[in-house]
Amino acid sequence: MSDRLPGIRPRQSIWLRLDGFARHSFPGAGTALLLLLAAAPLGLPGQAQLLVATSLACVFFWSLFRPSCMAPPLVFVIGLLVDLLGFAPVGVNVFTLLATHGLAMLWRRFLTRQGFFLVWLAFIVVAVGVALLQWIMTSVLILALLPPWPVLFQAALAAGMYPLLAVLLTWAHQSLGQGEAA
Amino acid sequence: MIRLSIPVRQALSKLTLPVLIAAAFGLMLLGKADAVLAERARMAVADALAPIYGVLAAPLAHGRATIDNMQRMVTLYSDNARLREENERLRKWQAVAMTLDAENALLKANLRWVPDPTPSYVTARVVADAGGVYARAVLLSLGPNHGIVKGQIALDDRGLVGRVTEVGTRSARVLLLTDINSRIPVVMEQSRARAMLVGTNGSRPRLLHWPEGVQPAEGERIVTSAEANAFPAGLPVGTVHFTASNVPEVQPEARLDRLEVVRLFDYGLRGVLAPETPNRSAERRR
Repeated sequence: MSDRLPGIRPRQSIWLRLDGFARHSFPGAGTALLLLLAAAPLGLPGQAQLLVATSLACVFFWSLFRPSCMAPPLVFVIGLLVDLLGFAPVGVNVFTLLATHGLAMLWRRFLTRQGFFLVWLAFIVVAVGVALLQWIMTSVLILALLPPWPVLFQAALAAGMYPLLAVLLTWAHQSLGQGEAA
Repeated sequence: MIRLSIPVRQALSKLTLPVLIAAAFGLMLLGKADAVLAERARMAVADALAPIYGVLAAPLAHGRATIDNMQRMVTLYSDNARLREENERLRKWQAVAMTLDAENALLKANLRWVPDPTPSYVTARVVADAGGVYARAVLLSLGPNHGIVKGQIALDDRGLVGRVTEVGTRSARVLLLTDINSRIPVVMEQSRARAMLVGTNGSRPRLLHWPEGVQPAEGERIVTSAEANAFPAGLPVGTVHFTASNVPEVQPEARLDRLEVVRLFDYGLRGVLAPETPNRSAERRR
């Protein structure tokens, strides 16, 4: 895209390209790394929920603030990773994460101009919706009525950890942006 | 990269999400239709991660032990008193056990008793929690030529943990007895009545289907039954505990919330294979 805009810019050396690539792939790679960490044997209570909650928060944040680095195919791959790591029926988290991405893209124009609290509120709505969707789909796939409490806990965990993760990701987002502008 | 006109590119980028959502549904159907494929993909990921988590597990366990030790320092005095009292009690039981052991040996000698073959076992380190939101399972790290097969029985130092449900080249998954898909035939030790131990995903599985006229007693010991040829008889499982709404549950003997090392026993039993991934067990139940 950049070759179509007029202006003076440094020559595309290999290092500059590598730097650009690293910056571009950071949201996806960072999310994958966080997920592997969330699946590590930390011995925390409710760690199964932590995995899904982390993926949800990361996909929501990057889809909202840096959608070019969180394209649908990447969301698909992240969802597959969550399904395989979390021993969930394959495809459930792929679908819920793609739905999250779609909603974030839909609300993007409005939400990115709002303050943190409205974004958080939107995320809570998404987290609860995803939890219910996940409960219904898992129940249908297993052909048994499962208790809804684990996924509701997951929604609460996601809502609770979002501000913490958002601070981290906003910091990453800003430092990535500075490089891109240069 | 192929140069496309801007309208085509825009149309393509708008189509990506619906196509991928359709692919997600396809994936769900595929995972349901071909459970073996899904299982293989899971174990491939687990195999790749098990060595990494294995390395991570040691410092993490060390950290947890340090925290535990600090907590124990606080309760040192009361723990000491409790242990002294418990030791006293156990000393009496030891005397009883030794007398019974001698008597047992004498009786067996008189009866020309053929002893049960001692089963072979493999010890494996638990490296990660392999449950999900709706499963209770652990991941074991194994050597390359481990010889573990599905259906082997996992015990910790206190009692039954569960059964091996998925085996990879470097890892295996053990479904815990608390999992919602776990069904274990058991015997109540005092009444010798048979029952089923049904997992609920909670910390205590439920006791179901005991015969009429028998009532499980609070604190009664539960051991496995050889019925259906899935378990050997007499492995310690736990003790009966009644909830406030008078439902008998079993407090597992094994410390399922902090498993570090388990022993995998091969009793050569292939009666009923352990439930596998949630998808497949549901199919078999139909």
